Amino acid sequence: MSDVNASASTKIPVTVLTGYLGAGKTTLLNRILSENHGKKYAVIVNEFGEVGIDNDLIIGADEEVFEMNNGCVCCTVRGDLVRILEGLMKRKGKFDAIIVETTGVADPAPVAQTFFVDEDVQNNARLDAVVTVADAKWLSERLKDAPEAKNQIAFADVIVLNKTDLVSKSELAEVEGRIRGINPYAKLHHTERCQVALSDVLERGAFDLDRILELEPDFLAKDDHDHHHDHDHHHDHHDHDHDHHHDHDHEHDHGLKHYHDEEMQSMSLRSDKPLDQEKFMPWLQELLAAEGQKILRSKGILAFADDNDRYVFQGVHMMLEGSRQREWKPGEKRESRVVFIGRELPEALIREGFQNCIAA
Amino acid sequence: MTISSAPQQNSITTIGERVRPVAIGTPVAAVYFIGDRAAFVGDEETITLVSGDGEKVAATVHGGAILSSVSDGKRIITGGDDGKVVALDMKGESSVLVTDAKRRWIDNVAVHPDGAIAWSVGKTAFVRGAKGEDKSIEAPSSVGGLAFAPKGLRLALAHYNGVTLWFPNMTAQPERLEWAGSHLGVMFSPDSRFIVTAMHEPALHGWRLADAQHMQMTGYPSRVKSLSWSPGGKALATSGADRVVVWPFASKDGPMDKEPLMLAQLQARVTAVAFHPTQDFLAAGYENGVILMVKIANGAKVAVRRDGDAPVAALAWNAKGSMLAFALQNGDAGLAEL
Repeated sequence: MSDVNASASTKIPVTVLTGYLGAGKTTLLNRILSENHGKKYAVIVNEFGEVGIDNDLIIGADEEVFEMNNGCVCCTVRGDLVRILEGLMKRKGKFDAIIVETTGVADPAPVAQTFFVDEDVQNNARLDAVVTVADAKWLSERLKDAPEAKNQIAFADVIVLNKTDLVSKSELAEVEGRIRGINPYAKLHHTERCQVALSDVLERGAFDLDRILELEPDFLAKDDHDHHHDHDHHHDHHDHDHDHHHDHDHEHDHGLKHYHDEEMQSMSLRSDKPLDQEKFMPWLQELLAAEGQKILRSKGILAFADDNDRYVFQGVHMMLEGSRQREWKPGEKRESRVVFIGRELPEALIREGFQNCIAA
Repeated sequence: MTISSAPQQNSITTIGERVRPVAIGTPVAAVYFIGDRAAFVGDEETITLVSGDGEKVAATVHGGAILSSVSDGKRIITGGDDGKVVALDMKGESSVLVTDAKRRWIDNVAVHPDGAIAWSVGKTAFVRGAKGEDKSIEAPSSVGGLAFAPKGLRLALAHYNGVTLWFPNMTAQPERLEWAGSHLGVMFSPDSRFIVTAMHEPALHGWRLADAQHMQMTGYPSRVKSLSWSPGGKALATSGADRVVVWPFASKDGPMDKEPLMLAQLQARVTAVAFHPTQDFLAAGYENGVILMVKIANGAKVAVRRDGDAPVAALAWNAKGSMLAFALQNGDAGLAEL
């Protein structure tokens, strides 16, 4: 493991900053660039001049999405990013981390996939987290009319729900419920003018296999009672109330409304019984090959039969990376957990396939 | 260390004793000979000129990263992330040729034998002819590579889904050679019959210019970043595999339906190749710091270096072919006299 850690630490962390037009990305960027935090960031922006700070480490990008030459339409990368990262690596040591801002209408997938596909990029940089800035006032509307906004929420590891001062408590609860209907796993922060601790946004290690999430829905994280209901809350209507009655990590002690998004959902799978590696890996690869266009993100911690190591994986669409992470600790519950976030997930099929991977 | 003057033996297996180490001290991206001196182009700011007796002179050419470089043997043209195109001449004097008004990155540079230069910024490529007038062209996407044809003022621009061929002094529409995928580097064969691109995926693509006939050169485990034509252009040596891959270009069909030569396999990937300017052998550098000289006809090998602390970043021969300059990515460099 020490080798993995060593190589991970020399790779430059990259934060992808997404968010629909006007949500507050530039505000957050300006804060990151102007605050006195002792770190230096190289920033790849889509529009020169929006960031009002002169810095030779701010680079304009063209956001060129290239298809890979393998016949797979969702295997896209940011061609300009490959080139810019190569150039930035010549100045290694002059900055601590890289931030990639995407345009408001961008799909985060090509950016994320760039870090899976390109060997040089992989050797020098690592995707740290996808951070999505969302506008508390307008996100609910955008989720209805802008597929990009939904993708950005689904992709996020961290969501900065901004402009909370412009909405009422109930509006805030509604928009948060809608976010959770799509992506219950991201860390969510309520902000005004993007006033979030930068340590909550940067260097999160969300894509780091060594630090893969505990895969607990974030809004259940503070729960101390067993609440693993695997989202079996009858998907019949948007306004399906589902009161959790738990202390949420903000002041409001109210039941969080539970929305289901008709199009984009998440699902989690668990097993106390060990999985058969010979069955699981082919199943996962076939699933992502067949349904990878719909599955935006996948993550998992796995306990294989006859294996003392924890196996972790994560994927973006059809791209997957995984490795043995460490030995299971004595007394640690050997439980496999897998999460998928995607569009029109074939849930029954996935559940059945997963069940079939449990070792006999 | 002195350079050995012992008479050359016929059966040497290493010429390590004739290597003069040069410590550049900072990462090196490229090396050229201009005049009698080797020029080591750093990742940032400086070019270090080293004469045969080991005397070093550093010239600062950019205020940041040196993103691209090229040489015609008389000067080195560089593009920087400071938005400048700079020329360094044989005397070691530098001059700023271009300053981008918005300080955008100069991603690529090219130089023509008659003195014209080309550079690119994002999707736009510029040419400055010998008379000094600038002309520009927009590529369909960011320019991945630039190259002048050996004869006539003709510029090739590599980009997403192909190559654009442009005569800057003619009004005719630029010609487009199409092939799906991202093309990152481009070069003409010395006889101008073929054009070859290095793709983002581990493959080369080529076209016969007479009829745009395609040539796919695939099978590499990693991206091809170093290409070198044999004297006269009968063969193209490439990096990217655990051996030197040499494609045959002697016949009118080029490498179509032919197998490449595969030479000097090691347990490490080839990272740099440089054909000798007159003889039938080449120098090959590997990711483990090994540098070999390899005879094309029989694959016989001579070691220049047996190991190193970093991948070989660049190799270059002087015009006579009497000296090889090399640099590792970490700045360990040297001159080997034949």
